[in-house]
Amino acid sequence: MADNKKIRLKVLRQDGPAKSDSKRWEEFEIPWHPQMNVISALMEIRKNPHKADGARTSPVAWDASCLEEVCGSCTMLVNGKVRQACSALIDKIAPAGETITLAPMTKFPLVRDLIVDRSRMFEDLKKVKAWIDLDGSHELGPGPRQSQENQETAYPLSRCMTCGCCLEACPQVNDHSSFVGPAALNQVRLFNLHPSGKMHAAERLEAVMGESGVQGCGKAQNCVVACPKEIPLVDSIADVSRQTTKHMLFGWLLK
Amino acid sequence: MAKPTSIVTDSGKVRRVVVVGGGLAGLTTVIKLCEAGIPVDLFSLVPVKRSHSVCAQGGINASVNTKGEGDSPEVHLEETVYGGDFLANQPPVKGMTYAAPGIVYMLDRMGVPFNRTSEGLLDFRRFGGTLFHRTAFAGATTGQQLLYALDEQVRRYETVEVENEKGIAVKGERMVRKWELWDFLGLVLDEGHIARGIVAQDLKSMEIKSFPGEAVCLATGGSGIIFGKSTNSVINTGTAASAVYQQGACYANGEFIQVHPTAIPGADKLRLISESVRGEGGRIWVPKDAKEKRRGKDVPESQRDYFLENKYPGYGNLVPRDIAARELFLKCFHEGRGVFNNKSGQNELEVYLDVTHLPKDVLHKKLSGVLEIYEKFAGEDPYTNPMRIFPAVHYSMGGLWVDFEKSTDGRLVVGSPRNQATNIGGLYAAGEVDYAYHGANRLGANSLLSCIYGGMVAGPAIATYVKNLDKSAFDVKSSVFEKATTRERERYSGILAMNGTENPYKLHEELAQVMLRDCTIERHNETLDKVIAKIDELEERSLQIGVTDTSERANQGAQFVRHLKNMLVLARVIAQGARNRDESRGAHFKPEFKARDDQSFLRTTMALHEEGAGGKSVVNYVRGLDYPLLGKSVRVSDEVDISLVKPRARKYETAGAASHADPPKESTKMSARPQAQG
Ligand SMILES: Cc1cc2nc3c(=O)[nH]c(=O)nc-3n(C[C@H](O)[C@H](O)[C@H](O)COP(=O)(O)OP(=O)(O)OC[C@H]3O[C@@H](n4cnc5c(N)ncnc54)[C@H](O)[C@@H]3O)c2cc1C
Repeated sequence: MADNKKIRLKVLRQDGPAKSDSKRWEEFEIPWHPQMNVISALMEIRKNPHKADGARTSPVAWDASCLEEVCGSCTMLVNGKVRQACSALIDKIAPAGETITLAPMTKFPLVRDLIVDRSRMFEDLKKVKAWIDLDGSHELGPGPRQSQENQETAYPLSRCMTCGCCLEACPQVNDHSSFVGPAALNQVRLFNLHPSGKMHAAERLEAVMGESGVQGCGKAQNCVVACPKEIPLVDSIADVSRQTTKHMLFGWLLK
Repeated sequence: MAKPTSIVTDSGKVRRVVVVGGGLAGLTTVIKLCEAGIPVDLFSLVPVKRSHSVCAQGGINASVNTKGEGDSPEVHLEETVYGGDFLANQPPVKGMTYAAPGIVYMLDRMGVPFNRTSEGLLDFRRFGGTLFHRTAFAGATTGQQLLYALDEQVRRYETVEVENEKGIAVKGERMVRKWELWDFLGLVLDEGHIARGIVAQDLKSMEIKSFPGEAVCLATGGSGIIFGKSTNSVINTGTAASAVYQQGACYANGEFIQVHPTAIPGADKLRLISESVRGEGGRIWVPKDAKEKRRGKDVPESQRDYFLENKYPGYGNLVPRDIAARELFLKCFHEGRGVFNNKSGQNELEVYLDVTHLPKDVLHKKLSGVLEIYEKFAGEDPYTNPMRIFPAVHYSMGGLWVDFEKSTDGRLVVGSPRNQATNIGGLYAAGEVDYAYHGANRLGANSLLSCIYGGMVAGPAIATYVKNLDKSAFDVKSSVFEKATTRERERYSGILAMNGTENPYKLHEELAQVMLRDCTIERHNETLDKVIAKIDELEERSLQIGVTDTSERANQGAQFVRHLKNMLVLARVIAQGARNRDESRGAHFKPEFKARDDQSFLRTTMALHEEGAGGKSVVNYVRGLDYPLLGKSVRVSDEVDISLVKPRARKYETAGAASHADPPKESTKMSARPQAQG
């Protein structure tokens, strides 16, 4: 039963982006509970913010909201692998009581401890015009009919929660590149698939031509492995890539 | 002062409305305001795309009647009111059910990937409290998909320039400015107690600032975290509602808290298994033998007690949630017949929710999002093993009191500034944070609808309000804003300076424990008195908190102290409201008073805050109030508008009892033995 089993966490902490001197690993020892995940372990720390050596510390700061892997908040590096902390069950990731390491994502500006600033991802959604150009919210009757097949292709693409896993995993996303990353390209595919979204396909394609767009992809295929929602990101990039090529060759003819 | 006519002030400032909350309700309000030409400042604790609405799984109701069952908005109205045990004012409900098909069509046009029929039309499934296929869905992550669609439209408005009345773009000003990762602290109220803006805190830098707004709309969602672990997101502390309540806003029907019958245990959260699982044919049962040792899947059919289907042949597994949760509680807690645990030798507070008899491809297309949650978090395959589930706190029917103006056909006068108006002038509310649409119990899939409808109504109401203001918030003396900012800054430094011995997270645990145990499915006056005494104690001890984090950056500990204090205040409204209501109605059930008592209690609980001695909060319940609206005073009371559907006793034992419509033909057959095809 819930004996004296303990779990050990090692957390990479830093008080703020300008405070690199505060960067440090801190170790924590926490009582084990059934059904425990990384989030509930962090919750234990804030109830009793002491390190494993008994010294007092501040509670670890982290992002979380839904805790069921649908809001995209709690992305971090768990044992070096980018994922949602809420679905990281302790018994699965440390079955024999191994020390679990937690660190913030590295491709986004740090806010504090495990929190990073992912606003660029939302800005990118503006760049690629990831929306339907709606005439208005007033009553205009039903939308265009769609086949079940179309829905079954679109729905998985639409489950992207802007969590950042794919950007973190992608070698092409880094300080020296302007590559927009898989998430935004997947949105281009999604909206270009929709019967009314299609009408503005060209604008989206023009936004993702070139190095910062589809050509930035190095085909490492890490994204599709990292995506917690199993979105076929590689297919999406390939698809959008084909669309841009076609648009480049014939687009002006169709204008 | 001259009546403001332009959206741009003489000094070049854009006159914005403040919307707090970017869930379904907030985003819809923003869209409606933008369409009316009114720019918005939108605030949210998290990037709006991460709002709690993403959690909604099952779907959204609209009586489109594509299955030819004879469903209609009128039937939807009747069933909603009946499901809510007649505590909801009926005109807003009628407005909502009649608007529902249009809302679902709008979402469809926005690109929501709703499931389709073979003809390419929207597909609908069944949900609780009805026999009709009325619920549109996008897999089993409908809330996420709806939120994204609205979020995308609002993002588009982030790129649209503000235009003055001559149609000339105002440089550098966009229709929507987002303030994400900001915490709402309180309203800026002028001398006349009219809301002129808000004070908020940046959760990264912890900076506290005030923002003028011609009006403020609160769309801050529910408050499930008061009960500790629930199906809610961790940000749902109800802090914003509590803050405006403490500034004078009336809180209504607080005691009505929905417990959802089917969730899975977890150390940090109780994850929901959506009602849509039963809508698609999932069945609830316990082994007939209380000491049954075999695993669920090995228990033969003849040895299973499908207790909901047996007791409620009419609606079966799809009785409303208040009833289902009580039946589960009865089975597990009172009869000790929950699933037997071989390890502990005890009957757990768990029953089976079984979909193993349904075709895998149907499950996959329609429910994979939910079943995935079970698989990931319970570590068992729900396609082959019956799921083990139990009830969890889920939704607040109560919330900020809001007004409405009834039209001659019994709906709402769209564009009336009374709609969704709280009793604080200039403060509106929409979404789960309001109390308006569900009475004593909400039907499944009606919340996404009420949130969006609330926003559809709040937007035009606020636009009318703003257009008829005598004086702009931008002409209010700066000292009013400075005073409000100073008040909040002082409060915050007060928190940072707390060096007592109590840990705020532990106090929260203690609060949650009593609220969950004594203030949910079954309520007894004696224990409620103890709950209230516990809240007294916790409010006192909360003065002795020791802040564990004094960092200037992303200080979640100090923020939580504020949320905790606000939770304690709302907890009292809930518990005291429950104590006062000596009857049983919808989600509020007192074994000592089993009957619904329309004579004494067919009325809205209206709570007003008072500052008590020694830092304690006091609830003042009133039968009516006057509130200011555009220079006039409006008188309202606690009387419930039951002009459309006469109250009668609820009887879910009988098919079709919830409305006067003929039940769809296959319904009786379906509820007794759900079909495989949804
Ligand atoms: C697991 C689950 C499943 C559900 N499934 C369904 C379903 O299938 N069908 C259905 O109809 N309903 C369902 N519901 C209910 C429904 O999801 C909610 O009632 C609804 O989404 C609430 O929407 P909202 O817009 O009112 O608020 P929310 O989506 O909760 O948004 C609140 C917003 O306010 C912001 N906010 C809150 N406090 C502050 C503050 N202090 N400062 C700044 N911003 C703040 C938040 O950041 C957020 O943006 C479900 C609920 C749960 C928990």
